[in-house]
Order: sequence, then structure tokens, then C-alpha cells
Amino acid sequence: MNHQIGTVVSLMVDGQKVTVPGGTSVMQAAAVVDIKVPKLCATDSLDAFGSCRVCLVEIEGRKGYPASCTTEVEEGMVVHTQSDRLNGLRRNVVELYVSDHPLDCMNCSANGDCELQDTAEALGVESCRYGMDGRNHQDAEKDTSNPYFTFDPSQCIVCYRCVRACDDIQGTFALSVDGRGFASRIIAGQSDSFIESDCVSCGACVDHCPTEALTENTIIEHGLPERSVVTTCAYCGVGCSLVAELKGDQVLRMTPDKHGQANEGHACIKGRFAFGYATHQDRITKPMIRENIDDPWREVSWDEAFRYTADRLRSIQSEYGRDSIGGITSSRCTNEETFLVQKMIRAAFGNNNVDTCARVCHSPTGYGLKTTLGESAGTQAFNSVAHADVVMVMGANPSDAHPVFASRLKHRLRQGAKLIVVDPRRIELVNSPHIRADHHLAVRPGGNVAFINAMAHVVVTEGLEAGDFIAQRCEDEAYRHWREFICNEQNSPEVTERATGIPASELRAAAWLFATASNAAIYYGLGVSEHSQGSTAVMGIANLAMVTGNLGREGVGVNPLRGQNNVQGSCDMGSFPHELPGYRHVSDNAVRKLFENEWNVQLHSEPGLRIPNMFDAAISGHFKGLYVQGEDLAQSDPNTQHVERALKSMECLVVQDIFLNETARFAHVFLPGSSFLEKNGTFTNAERRISMVRKAIEPLAGMEDWEVTMALSNALGYPMNYSHPSEIMDEIARLTPTFTGVSYEKLERMGSIQWPCNEDAQEGTPTMHVGKFVRGKGYFAITGFVPTEERTTRHFPLLLTTGRILSQYNVGAQTRRTANSEFYSEDVLEIHPFDAEERGISQDDWCGVSSRAGNTVLRAVISERMQPGVVYTTFHFPSSGANVVTTDNSDWATNCPEYKVTAVQVSHVSEPSQWQKEYSAFARRQEELLDKARVSD
Amino acid sequence: MQEIEQLVKMANQIADNFSFHEDAVDRLEDHLQRFWAPSMRKKLIEFLDAGGDGLKPDVIAAVQRLQFP
Repeated sequence: MNHQIGTVVSLMVDGQKVTVPGGTSVMQAAAVVDIKVPKLCATDSLDAFGSCRVCLVEIEGRKGYPASCTTEVEEGMVVHTQSDRLNGLRRNVVELYVSDHPLDCMNCSANGDCELQDTAEALGVESCRYGMDGRNHQDAEKDTSNPYFTFDPSQCIVCYRCVRACDDIQGTFALSVDGRGFASRIIAGQSDSFIESDCVSCGACVDHCPTEALTENTIIEHGLPERSVVTTCAYCGVGCSLVAELKGDQVLRMTPDKHGQANEGHACIKGRFAFGYATHQDRITKPMIRENIDDPWREVSWDEAFRYTADRLRSIQSEYGRDSIGGITSSRCTNEETFLVQKMIRAAFGNNNVDTCARVCHSPTGYGLKTTLGESAGTQAFNSVAHADVVMVMGANPSDAHPVFASRLKHRLRQGAKLIVVDPRRIELVNSPHIRADHHLAVRPGGNVAFINAMAHVVVTEGLEAGDFIAQRCEDEAYRHWREFICNEQNSPEVTERATGIPASELRAAAWLFATASNAAIYYGLGVSEHSQGSTAVMGIANLAMVTGNLGREGVGVNPLRGQNNVQGSCDMGSFPHELPGYRHVSDNAVRKLFENEWNVQLHSEPGLRIPNMFDAAISGHFKGLYVQGEDLAQSDPNTQHVERALKSMECLVVQDIFLNETARFAHVFLPGSSFLEKNGTFTNAERRISMVRKAIEPLAGMEDWEVTMALSNALGYPMNYSHPSEIMDEIARLTPTFTGVSYEKLERMGSIQWPCNEDAQEGTPTMHVGKFVRGKGYFAITGFVPTEERTTRHFPLLLTTGRILSQYNVGAQTRRTANSEFYSEDVLEIHPFDAEERGISQDDWCGVSSRAGNTVLRAVISERMQPGVVYTTFHFPSSGANVVTTDNSDWATNCPEYKVTAVQVSHVSEPSQWQKEYSAFARRQEELLDKARVSD
Repeated sequence: MQEIEQLVKMANQIADNFSFHEDAVDRLEDHLQRFWAPSMRKKLIEFLDAGGDGLKPDVIAAVQRLQFP
């Protein structure tokens, strides 16, 4: 390298003066003055490689024809990109490519979307003087093993773009080039098929392929799209910006948006490919009602559905009281939709019985971060990780659950950042291509608070505190109390070792690594929050960040990785029963007055019921009606038997969804929902980034979800009259201090906005707590370790913990209805070889899993990823009954279920559990009742 | 588990988590007031009035102070 960071270089390109930063390539410098140098292997999203030899230029005073993509600018350089000699050389090169890649463009599915075609045209290459009689690859066999794309080696020009995308962007290193010269060919794994290799189907190779060699099957089948709509992914909390590309009303492909600020041109198998569910035959597009859940469904008009629903809900309130009904918002729905649902419940139902599925995932994040830092949100933008020197990933598995963030993280780790993984399982990050965690602390399920306290204990007792930061930024008295608490020997790694299972010496080493880093960042997930002390663990994480001074700048922070696309947004929008939008308590008279004036109604000043409280109240007989938008309680909530009992106790259960999900089988009213492709709105991702969701096709049921809620509210007698979701956002902005600067106009202009966005931060806030905390001074919360009541015994000697897999998403309602099921078609039980052998269990055996709550049967996968004594499963398939086994233990502060710790016994069995048999019969019966509605149509 | 059993379990769990504070009862009362629906608080008050078997001392002290709208 002959430049220094920060230097500026001036040069001449084709007679034009260009000034660019040192280190810029000649090709990039030319692009600054709109000079396009022909190219094949170069692309702006990958480091230059210099293999195709098409982008040759002439540089005065320099011999030969250097590749402009790999040649850096120099002061005073004079570059010529066009000359007869250059064009001749380029044509020769392209002709050689064409000699093995005939320009039969009219018969090619990539016709019009092929860089070789474009380059050949630009250079005037219309045929090949060498003919096709020599050796070529035209008979090379296609790899059609991946359900989403095809690799056609005969179209490959071995430019390495796919290999580099897999390495540098995705970080999987699944592709390489085998052979040399003419024999060179792209291979997946050790010359496996794509499906058999380590390929994770992120689509980066397809995105970067300049020809038809790697092409989506939908494009091969239907041809190129005709129009596109930029929107936001409806899967995880990364919130990738995607381009929906359509022909007519058919979405042909979803591609990652290069300008997307959350994902910067990358995607994963779910967002990139698993969109087919939106038009799956299981979609229900007509409203349905029934008196009892044993009755057949009856399709009705929207008007009748709204009238029927309103009458039943009002009738229940007349008989059982105002508080006998409630509703649930969804983290899969837009901000505008969740805002309307909570508004309808507070204003039309007249109570605060509103909750959201964040109850069962990140509600402890809200409590913990609000208490310690003053705001219920993560502190950083995703790109902050590029500045981290040490990253601690605790109770999260980003490779599977937040893959696009995982790719960013891996990129930073390959640059040399250190990694601490705190997880009972040996997750992929612990040891993956070119990445090895410096510490894998295999904490025992239930030991998180003991662990995080021990980390802080080491920091404080070994003099590693950030004294100046604490003195300037944190409450002094609270700090002194906490310091006294944390220094107690009970919090030492040696004493906590029994609870954590982590050797004290390794924990001490990890604490030193974390505390002595210039920038140390913490990323955590549901492995932190879904515990009986989930809120305490979140506060412990905030304490650790504060005591080491790792807040308020890039490269540090406390970063909850949100499970679903709009967890952050649904919480922001006032979905909790004790908070109005903007996390303001319902008992605050001034805040309530603000909403009462806007909504023209008197609001309740007392908190309402949370989801588990609703279930308990339903079984007790005084909670009778529930409106559920876009959430599948029956599959996702713990202790399925308890949930089913509660749902059966309802006199009116209203489900609004795109499918007849597990909860809808217990419903009396079904209101057809719209997928993210069918509506306008916004999602807010885990970095507080508000992004536009744009309608790509008309709603299959005729109404967008916000219109359905609005109509239901009107039927209930509380008028709502919005003509577009932008008006709902305007109302949110009027009522919510952190959103006052947000509007659709600004979102269109900026692409996305990270809240707070108001007078103090008109362009939004990528990093929070800069200079001071939202609450003023940071609060060190006392985080005493209280062991969970869920203990192992002789009868239940193993601990079950649950999680996700890459190709499936949550309850699987979306991904199970796509080809993603070819990658993962059933939930399995991961078990350590010792535990399996002790029980006589072999690979793929059926295992009975019994807990104090219930029993289910899963197929065994024997894996050393598990630690002895701990087993693991996912919850993507309803018939698996993973939540039949989980208990109704919950976080002390928020009632977030303790999914991550269930004492179980595992045994070899030969038939499904009783619950599974009953589930099959019930599901079959409900399908028959649905079929009757369809037959009568 | 009956609703009241669940409420007792939850209240005791909150008490355990506040037990590290000198003002544990104040915090417990505040938590119940801020996060529990009135119907839940009412049930706990009635349960205490009926004897409160199984409630931890801090819970009893906090519930005695609870306001009900």
C-alpha cells in the first residue's frame, strides 16, 4: 500500500481531473466522473480481485495494461480508459469467454440481466472467431439440488464472484474453485452438490453471478421480472431491506437491497427465498364465523364478520364486565397495525388488556434496559460491530436466528476482533470457518445471572472498572450499593461455578479480555431473556457494560437481538398493558391526558392483564373474549395444555391471520390477514431502525390488516377513519416524543430512521446514550442470583432448552409453507452421546421427552454440540409439541416464560405421546370443519 | 395450577428478587401497583384476608399496603 489513511489523491482520467481518497482504485476513481470501465469480475460490493482482465487501462509512464480494479490511484497519475489497443485487448478477452459461453442470449433466461452480454455488446463482440468446435464446458451437468436456484457450469465464466461473496459477505466459505486453467470449475464443499455442501442458501452467490450460471429457479421458469418494489423483510429482527421483483402480480424473486441500511445488500435463506407462503394454497381469504369451536366454519362477508364480532364482544362485556375481554398485537405486524390494535383495546374495549408476543421473548429487555439505562431499546446500529474489539454473544445464535447480522459479526471477527460465546450449546460461532471463539463459556441453563455477576465481580475486585466513566455517567449512590453487593464473595467465579458450570479460571480470563478491550460490545438473545431471572440478567448485562465504560459510542453497547421483525416496534407502539406508546406508564395523568385529547375518550389508569394472566383469568372464568392479530399463542406459548384450556374457555376468540393457525383452531371468528407483500406500513428492527413496508400486490382478502382493525373498531362504536397508514404514523408522531420527527415523507427521503427522531435528533439516533443516559445517570441495579424453581431431580435429570434453526422461523407458519422444509422438516431432540448411551438411544430413535408439564416425542439427534445433562429442541412444527413440555414458570418482573430451562427425562419410545395423538385428531377435525366452509363456498 | 396459586407463586418470586434491597417491601408494593392488573391485586388481597397461606412475609407486608381502585 502506498497511501496513508486520510490522504487525498488527484489524478486525470480520460482528461478529467478526479480527486479521491488514497487507496481508491482506478476503476472507482473513473466512476466518480461517470466513466464506466468495462468489467466482469469486479463489483462494488466485493474487494477487487483482478481475474477477468477486461478492465485494463493505460497509465502514462507505466508499462503494460494494468487492471483498473486492483490498481490504486496515485498523485498525478494520468489514466486512459479508452483506446483502440485497449478495446482490442478487451474484445480478445471477451471473445475467449464467449468461446465457451455462446451468445445465445435470446434463448437464455438471463437475457437482459447478464453482465457478459452487456460487456460483449459494449465492446461490439457479436460472435466468436474460434467457433465452438474446441473443448468447452457446454455439456457440464447442472446442479439442481437446491430448491431455490440452479448452478449451470456451462454458463460459468469462473470469475470467482460467487466464491468471494460466499467468503467475504456471507462468511460461510462453502464455495471454491477446483482445478486450474481450462479445468477450473466452481465447486460447493468438497465437490458436493449445493444441497449437500455447507451452503446456507443465503443467495449471495446468485446475487453476484454476472451470468446465468447461478440463477433463481423462478427466473428460469418465468423469465425476468417486470417491476420491483423496495420493502422490508418480515422475518427476523435484522429487518433487511429487500427488493420484491414481480411479473404482473407474481413475486418472482426477493433480492437484498444494496442501499438497505440494516443489511447493505445481503440476505438469508428466509428473506431471500422463503416468500412463497404469501400465495400458498392454505391462505384463507374470506372471513369466517362459527358459534362453537366444534361447528363448521361459515364464510361470511366482511360486514357480517365485523357485526358478529362486535356483537359478541359487547355481549361478553355486558355479562362479565368491561375487563373480560382483551387483545394481542403481533411483532409480525407493522407499527401502524399494532398501534391501532392497542388503540382499539384502550379506546373501544375500554381497558388496558393489551399485550404482545414480545411478552414471551424480549419483555425482560424492556424492563431491564429501562431500569438501568432509561430506554427499552438496544443502544447501537448493526454497523457498530465493525468497531468492536471484543464481542460477547450471550444466549443468542445469530448464525441461525439473525444470519445477516452474523455475517457482519464474522467479518469483524475475521479482521481480528475477539469473541466470547456464552451459551449452553456449542453454537456455530464457536468454531466456524476462519473463526474460533476465544472463550466458549458453556453456562448451565439457569446460570446466567450468576455468570454475569461473576464477570462484574472480577472487573471490580481486580481493579478493571472504568472509573472516570462511572463517576461522570452513573448514579453514585446506586453504584456504591451495587459495588458492595458485587464484591461479595458469593458473586465470585469460584462460588458461582456450581451454578454456572463455567470453570472459574476461564471466566476470569474472559472477564479480563472483555474489560481490557478498547471497545467491547454485548449481543444477547432469548437465551438471556427467557428465564425466571430474564430481567435480572438484562440488568446485569447493562451493569457490565457500564462498569467497563462500554456505552455511548460506536463499537460497544448492549444489543438485544430481537427475534421477530417488529418486536422493537410492537413494544414501542404501546402494546404492553401498563404502557402507552413510547413506554409511558398508564398511571401518568399528563400522558394519559395527551392520548385522551387525541382519541376523544377517557382511558383507564390501571395496568391490564398480560398474556399469561389472561390465560389464568380465562380458566378461572372471568376473561372471555380475545382478539389476536398475527400471533399463534397455541403453538408458541409455554405449557400447551394450559394454553389450550384457556383458549377453550373463551366465548369469543377472534383470530386475524393469513392461515388457520393453531390458535385459530380454537377460534369463533377468523378475519383473513394480509402478508407483508400486501400492505403498507413500517417495521422497526433491533437497532431501532424504522423502515418502510410497501405494498407489492393487492391484499388477497381485499383488506390490509390496519383496515380490518379500523373496521372492527368502527363496528364496536369507536370511530376510526384513516385513509392511509401514513396518517397513523402522523398520529404516532404527535403522541410519542421519540417519534415526533418521523413521517413517511422523511422515511422516503432517508430510506430509514433510527429513533429517537425528534427536535434533538432530526436525522435519528444511530447510537444511544452518547454523553448521557436517557434516564440521566446510569443506574447500577442490584442483581441478586435467585436460582430457578425448575430443578433437576431423579425423575427429571436433564435440562431442556429451546431455540431456532436457520431455515425455519418461529412457529413455522411461513417457512413450513416453503421449500425451506427441504432443509429442516421436523423438530428434533439434540442430546449428548453420554446421555443418549445411558438411555439406550441411537441416532434417529424416537425419544419420549417428559417434564412436570407434559410429554412429547421427538426424533433423537446425537450431538456433541450439547453439554452432558442438557438437551435441546426447536419449536417450528406444531405436531412436535415442544411447548407441551415447557412449564409456566416465568420471569419474576415481566412473566416472560422460562422456555430455556425445563427439567426433563428422555427415554426411548415407539409411539407418539398422548398429547400428540390428541393433537392429530383435533387438527384433523378442525381441517374437516374448514373444508366444510370451503365446500359451501 | 389455579389462578390464585399462580399469583402467590409470582408474588413470592418477586419478593425473592427484591430481597437483596433494604427497601424490598416498598419495591414489591410499587411493582405490584405498576405491573399487576387490579383484578390480580384484588385476588391477592382477598387471599391474604382469607389467611394468606404460603405468602412470604415481604409479600404480606406489601399486600397490606396495596391500593385497589
